[in-house]
Amino acid sequence: MIPLSKKGIPLSCSALWEEDEKMTNAQNDVLVLGDIEFSSRLFTGTGKFASRDLITPMLEASGSQMITVALRRVDSSEKGDNILNYIPKTVTLLPNTSGARTAQEAVRIARIAREAGCGNFIKIEVITDMQYLLPDNHETLLATEILAKEGFVVLPYMMPDITVTKQLYNAGAAAVMPLGSPIGTNRGLEMKPMIKMIIETSKIPVVVDAGIGRPSQAAEAMEMGADAVLVNTAIATAADPVLAGKAFSYAVKAGRMAYLSSLAETKMQASASSPLTGFLRD
Amino acid sequence: MDVVKQFESFDFNSYFKSVSAADVLHSLNRDLLSPYDLLNLLSEPALQFLEQMAQKSQKITRQYFGRTIGMYAPLYISDYCSNHCTYCGFNCASDAKRLKLTIDQIKAEAQVISDMGIRHILVLTGEAPEKTPMSYLIEAVEVLKTCFSSIGIEMFPMDEEDYRQLKDAGVDSLTVYQETYDQQIYKQVHLKGKKMDYQYRLLTPERGARAGFRSVNIGPLFGLGEPGSEAFMAGLHAKYLEQTFPDVEISLSLPRMTKAAGGIAPRHTLSDRRFVQFILAWRLFMPRLGITVSTRESARFRDKLLHLGVTRYSAGSKTDVGGYALKDAEATAQFEVTDTRTVDEVTQMIRENGFQPVFKDWEIF
Repeated sequence: MIPLSKKGIPLSCSALWEEDEKMTNAQNDVLVLGDIEFSSRLFTGTGKFASRDLITPMLEASGSQMITVALRRVDSSEKGDNILNYIPKTVTLLPNTSGARTAQEAVRIARIAREAGCGNFIKIEVITDMQYLLPDNHETLLATEILAKEGFVVLPYMMPDITVTKQLYNAGAAAVMPLGSPIGTNRGLEMKPMIKMIIETSKIPVVVDAGIGRPSQAAEAMEMGADAVLVNTAIATAADPVLAGKAFSYAVKAGRMAYLSSLAETKMQASASSPLTGFLRD
Repeated sequence: MDVVKQFESFDFNSYFKSVSAADVLHSLNRDLLSPYDLLNLLSEPALQFLEQMAQKSQKITRQYFGRTIGMYAPLYISDYCSNHCTYCGFNCASDAKRLKLTIDQIKAEAQVISDMGIRHILVLTGEAPEKTPMSYLIEAVEVLKTCFSSIGIEMFPMDEEDYRQLKDAGVDSLTVYQETYDQQIYKQVHLKGKKMDYQYRLLTPERGARAGFRSVNIGPLFGLGEPGSEAFMAGLHAKYLEQTFPDVEISLSLPRMTKAAGGIAPRHTLSDRRFVQFILAWRLFMPRLGITVSTRESARFRDKLLHLGVTRYSAGSKTDVGGYALKDAEATAQFEVTDTRTVDEVTQMIRENGFQPVFKDWEIF
């Protein structure tokens, strides 16, 4: 284990951390989901860590304010090692319905999560393909309809699809979570063109979830205009998850700033600084 | 199932002999492996590439499962059995005293196991439906639901409808071992009882998948057939199940025969090297495959396997009926446990190796 500062930040990057704290959020740029304002646009996850003890320092280092946890891993029995104990109260829980194969199962898991004290947020994850772990949009939509009516803040994990995005909005979803590439693959934004269209048209926030393996890919999603990204595997399976969390937080911030600054577009051809029509005066 | 059946008459011996080092390397470097790639990785020449296979297997396993390992424990509730399997301590020709737990005794056993921290339970019986009828099994499941978050069964092959009843009662996972994919040997070691029907057993995992179990675990019993071809057939069977039932989690086990009272000695022994080779070859063939290793294996060996691609360990296991709570049960063990450490000792080892033991990974809903 690498040495940590009192704050749980790796000593190797504590200098960066101090500098970072001076960085102000000049535009008061927050993402609102449910009733909650998120100043960090990096969402994280609890799965795949070598030790649950890494979760708290990772959250501190990354500044992430929302973390997803599979209800199937929540053990609230008296003697159980409850994963929720590793998540500071200031961080919003995003329980997910991992293990659900139908809308009905997702709905049941969501209700259990609420009863177990996991709050009002729910990430709907309905997967019927264990080989590629791709979401079932149809069942996801059905579950969204039911859970939104029951007052959940619903964040559906989805296959990037413009039509389904509209349907999810109509069903009451608080955001959509299109996948960048299959879960855990670290392949980045393979669905980029589709996600771009969703960002251009969606009336609700777009959180790119799954497949983001590197900070540069997270930055790319944010530059494109994604409202947030969710990163789990890349952070959890890094040799130093705390430092990786930090790296992703910088990337997400940089990508967001780039988006807000409306960078000039890249062009395929060189553009002349003395344009051909420059002589026109009237 | 045709994919599996087409290899039943395959000449494994000649194929394995024809594999070259170059064939192995070619298969090792592919992303999507064919059945022939699996054969190449299971061949003797592949042993010289074990380290490369291990590196790749570790990478893939980390990607899909992270640095975690699922934990479970077995619970034997009855050892009555009408089958005569020559390798098993529960066989009907053995005059060992038989035991079937009452529902209260099951409750007592469950309490002890749950106090050890275990949340996933695997319930086992012999094959004697007249002693352990559906009503008894369902009652057992109802009791176990109060202590555990996942209930698996390793009982006797059933019809789809029976499995559906158990699924509705709360069982989410099915384990059934083919024992051997060599039909000749299968016939020689199964002398009596319903288990003599090779085909019915072979189709059991898919009846379970159709009945709605979310997880299905299969495997050969190493010690009966020729290890390389058994590992291949099991891998192929697993792949077939994964492709046919994409919403079911498929896993493989590789039990090696250990000494059982009243059982025969292994016909083929499987060395540690080849045991590891099989885990690695399976992982490369099926990146998302669950791989279970029980306490049949030694503590020292299991500590090392952790890094190679396994995903699930049992711990603190008792393999006799009433072994956890019934002090004077005097029951026969189905097999001899080699890793006799407590759950706490095993989880400490897992943590020291940089892995997270996961006790609860399901919710009965």
